[in-house]
Amino acid sequence: MFLINCPYCGERDQSEFTCGGEAHIVRPKQPTELSDDQWAEYLFMRKNIKGVQFERWNHAHGCRKWFNMVRDTSNDKIHAVYKMGEKPPVV
Amino acid sequence: MKKYRVNKTKHVDQTKTVSFDFDGKSYHGFEGDTLASALLSNGVHLVGRSFKYHRPRGIMSCGSEEPNAICQINEDTDLTEPNVRATEIELYEGLKASSQNCWPSVNFDIGGINNFISPFIPAGFYYKTFMWPKNFWKKIYEPLIRWSAGLGKSPTKPDPELYDHKHVHCDILIIGGGISGIIASKIAAKNNLKTILIEDKNILGGSTIFQKNENYKINDKYSGEWIDAEIAELKKLDNLTIKTRTSLAAYHSYNYLLAKENISDHLPLDKRNGSIRQRLWKIRADKVIVATGAIERPLVFNNNDRPGIMLSNSVKKYLDFYGVSCGLNNVIFTNNDSAYETAVSLKEKGISVEMIDIRKKSNSKIVKNAEQLGIKIYWNSTVVNTFGHKKINSIEIMNLSEDGSNVVGNKIRINCDCLAISGGWTPMVHMHTQSGGKLDFREIDQTFIPNEIEKNHINVGSCNGDFELEEIINNTNKKVKNFLKVSKTEFDNTSVLNSKELDKKNIWLLPNYISEGKCKSFIDFQNDSTAKDIKLALREGFKSIEHVKRYTTTGMATDQGKLSNMHALGIIADTAGVKMGTLGTTTFRPPFTPLTFGSIVGRSVDNFFDITRKTSIHECHTQNNAKFENVGQWKRPWYYPINDEGLHDAVQRESKAARDSAGILDASTLGKIDIQGTDASEFLNRVYTNAWSKLGIGKCRYGLMLNEDGMVYDDGVTTRLGENHYLMTTTTGGAANVLSKLEDYLQTEWPELDVYLTSVTDHYSTASICGPNSKKILKKLFPDKDFSDDAFPHMSYQNGKIDEINCRIMRISFTGELSYEINIESKYGKSLWEKCIEAGKEFKITPYGTETMHLLRAEKGFIIVGQDTDGTMTPIDLQMDWIVSKKKYDFIGKRSLYRSDTIRDDRKQLVGLLTDDPYEILEEGAQIVSDMSKKPIEMIGHVTSSYFSPNLNKSIALAVVKSGKKMKGQKLIVPMENKNINVTVSDSVFLDKENKRINA
Repeated sequence: MFLINCPYCGERDQSEFTCGGEAHIVRPKQPTELSDDQWAEYLFMRKNIKGVQFERWNHAHGCRKWFNMVRDTSNDKIHAVYKMGEKPPVV
Repeated sequence: MKKYRVNKTKHVDQTKTVSFDFDGKSYHGFEGDTLASALLSNGVHLVGRSFKYHRPRGIMSCGSEEPNAICQINEDTDLTEPNVRATEIELYEGLKASSQNCWPSVNFDIGGINNFISPFIPAGFYYKTFMWPKNFWKKIYEPLIRWSAGLGKSPTKPDPELYDHKHVHCDILIIGGGISGIIASKIAAKNNLKTILIEDKNILGGSTIFQKNENYKINDKYSGEWIDAEIAELKKLDNLTIKTRTSLAAYHSYNYLLAKENISDHLPLDKRNGSIRQRLWKIRADKVIVATGAIERPLVFNNNDRPGIMLSNSVKKYLDFYGVSCGLNNVIFTNNDSAYETAVSLKEKGISVEMIDIRKKSNSKIVKNAEQLGIKIYWNSTVVNTFGHKKINSIEIMNLSEDGSNVVGNKIRINCDCLAISGGWTPMVHMHTQSGGKLDFREIDQTFIPNEIEKNHINVGSCNGDFELEEIINNTNKKVKNFLKVSKTEFDNTSVLNSKELDKKNIWLLPNYISEGKCKSFIDFQNDSTAKDIKLALREGFKSIEHVKRYTTTGMATDQGKLSNMHALGIIADTAGVKMGTLGTTTFRPPFTPLTFGSIVGRSVDNFFDITRKTSIHECHTQNNAKFENVGQWKRPWYYPINDEGLHDAVQRESKAARDSAGILDASTLGKIDIQGTDASEFLNRVYTNAWSKLGIGKCRYGLMLNEDGMVYDDGVTTRLGENHYLMTTTTGGAANVLSKLEDYLQTEWPELDVYLTSVTDHYSTASICGPNSKKILKKLFPDKDFSDDAFPHMSYQNGKIDEINCRIMRISFTGELSYEINIESKYGKSLWEKCIEAGKEFKITPYGTETMHLLRAEKGFIIVGQDTDGTMTPIDLQMDWIVSKKKYDFIGKRSLYRSDTIRDDRKQLVGLLTDDPYEILEEGAQIVSDMSKKPIEMIGHVTSSYFSPNLNKSIALAVVKSGKKMKGQKLIVPMENKNINVTVSDSVFLDKENKRINA
């Protein structure tokens, strides 16, 4: 159970949050122009890294805000937490 | 009893007798005893049978590492509990305990035959034997294995006890109340840190508390007396919370720890008074100091498992703490100095003891002390065999060869009734590794010690590999000072008299003159794995320690690597000729000691297991004799039986009434989301498949929501309340997820949209009135309102008032009937319902439940998301092409509707099914086939909804069938267990295809 530093509320227990999977996958602006393969790339393909991963998290039982988090999946170390739309930090 | 109770100690009150039962026999112990010490004081060693060979086993230790003395307590009561360690349970008046894993009794156990056929049941026996003949598995092997497997008996009744959870935060958590934990606590608490100290025993002090020997002194006091004074001071500190009888179960990341406190387990059953039995502490600590100590290692030699063979330090604790001598004629077998403490202690109390040491000599003070006391020491010797079936009676020893790899010389037989063994010490690194910490291998004494790179916890004392008193005190002091950034402590100049040497000789598997195949040298006493099993696993190609562990079951079950792992590793390393440090260890997983289910669940039982949501109209339903159905957390009326009506009859009656006159449904549970903002219309355009821009204010529209993969996700009617204001309804079960999904898109993909979402599900109650007489009822409720089709058409909404209370009236229909929904603030829900019933009385308005609602909508072929869909249905599959906008450039899921997979025309598609016999009702979920001749028979679909329609007087069903769209009129078969039902594919709309009733 980690402690997550919500960028809006501060440090809270993990049980207040839900994870939304890999971050920085942008929904294509013109989906109709994509081939099946290109669309499938957006729709299905997700990384599952052992190590540093960029993830979306939601403070579901708190402010309900979505934000991004850099977490090392091998030891659950959280390297950074930042708001949606902000540039990902270099880790 | 007096015979073995040789010593008076302050920890056991020998004036207070406690009586208890073990295996049906009555015994006496004293207040302060554990079940184990009380049994030993009565000379009882035999307490169980081993798991596989059913060999007699005795008490081996005095703590949580105990592999053998595992009992069922208070059998035949609701409070019975299996797998309780006799070494951990405090004795109380009336305690009833019995051995496990033996039948019919521990003294005569039929399963003992396994011991004689043991050459035929080596490691992996199950995997190798029960493979053939194949048909033996189900009738013979599996029932037999199930009968003989398992430890203890589960209680058969609900647990009557209370359990509790408590969340705490602290600056420093200290795990373990031995000498190093006490030093750490004192430093922390005295430096203004909010400190919690937890200890699993009922008193602090660890093994120092019973040290009263000239050889071990701190500041010129006996170490036991020194620690007594420290504990007394500790109890006066304000910001220190001491929790005894509390064992750490798990150490999770970010210093989140679970500890179980035993509150009433040590009390007689009649004194527990219904108080809380156990409390699970959920602790978030800024810093953690682990001081869990070390466990003594056994030695691995032939027949090392007989009752009476015990760990040396445990023999000392039974003597010096409980006053019990485990034997009157003791032999101690060791490879290190620490066992001499036990010898000296025994000798000083006048009890016979001899030493067998695999080393050639030792020059330490404690060994010299033992020699001065006249204790006979057999140097350079090893035990090669032991004798005595239910209790040890003698041993055989031989000399070791020069390099220790073999035995030489003559066998000497020594009589004894207790053999104490000591193979050195294993630091309890479980907590460190559970938290994610790594281990280093220390060659000199062959131990794994914590590698500390983490910044938020440290290990001190013997769990850190510091085994000698001087090291423990000085290193603990130094490490804690650094960790807490303290410059000076009272322990800075402690003088310690130490009497041992670190010198130790390690032979993982002691040599024997008997061939290896005929030796039973146990590594894991509980799971009966022997050195031979480990070697067999290696020969059969298992290399990884994790695989060897599972193949041989070494270190499994309650042991969890406490006693057995080091020897398994050592023997693997020796056999494979590799360095032990390169093998790694198995994973230490929580819980460290078993947790009760009760403590995990806490108060979340019965009514508190999950939240129950009730609408504000709920009371009216119970008064009306409703049967309820769970929809998510909601209780929804399922049907309203009159007198002794069953489900079928009630639903037939309700359905008929709703179409013939008027019915009323509590629709409050549907999800409601208030949507506002200048981009609200654009937002709806993006989330629903159909177009929303042109929906007039005051109008309603049905919408279908997809996932990005094109599959139907939710549906519902949305009403435009104002220029920039909508009220969306969702399915009852989907409400929370739909809101989350919409918020996600708004925050992450479309932050530029000016849209605000608010869940208002609980804010409004909804009564839905349908049927040809519904308009007349509405007129009575709202006399001033014009309900003509022109003034108030289908799919529109108007505001209204009942007794000055604002309502929203939507003319929408989920039944195909003329229908109105009235929304009112929740607190008026009950009164709204009562007024509707009152107004509808003359039309025999009939409340109907979810079952009738499902039937009515099925007659119209309306889908229920989650019943007729399962996350693999597109709107095209559902034959709902009409709701998918061709003009909109984009909406969630649009692109997926023409992926190669979604445009296949042989996908499962929604169709109607009519049974050839109109009175035959299909089973929901039943499979559908078209060709019975070709084997295997291909399943081409399944029934999703099925009812008997009283309005059509025939059975109707919805189903999804491969290429179903093209099959109208085709005959199919629904094969059931005892018959095949013939069906015909039909249109999915069964009633009122022209939609005339909506304006009736």
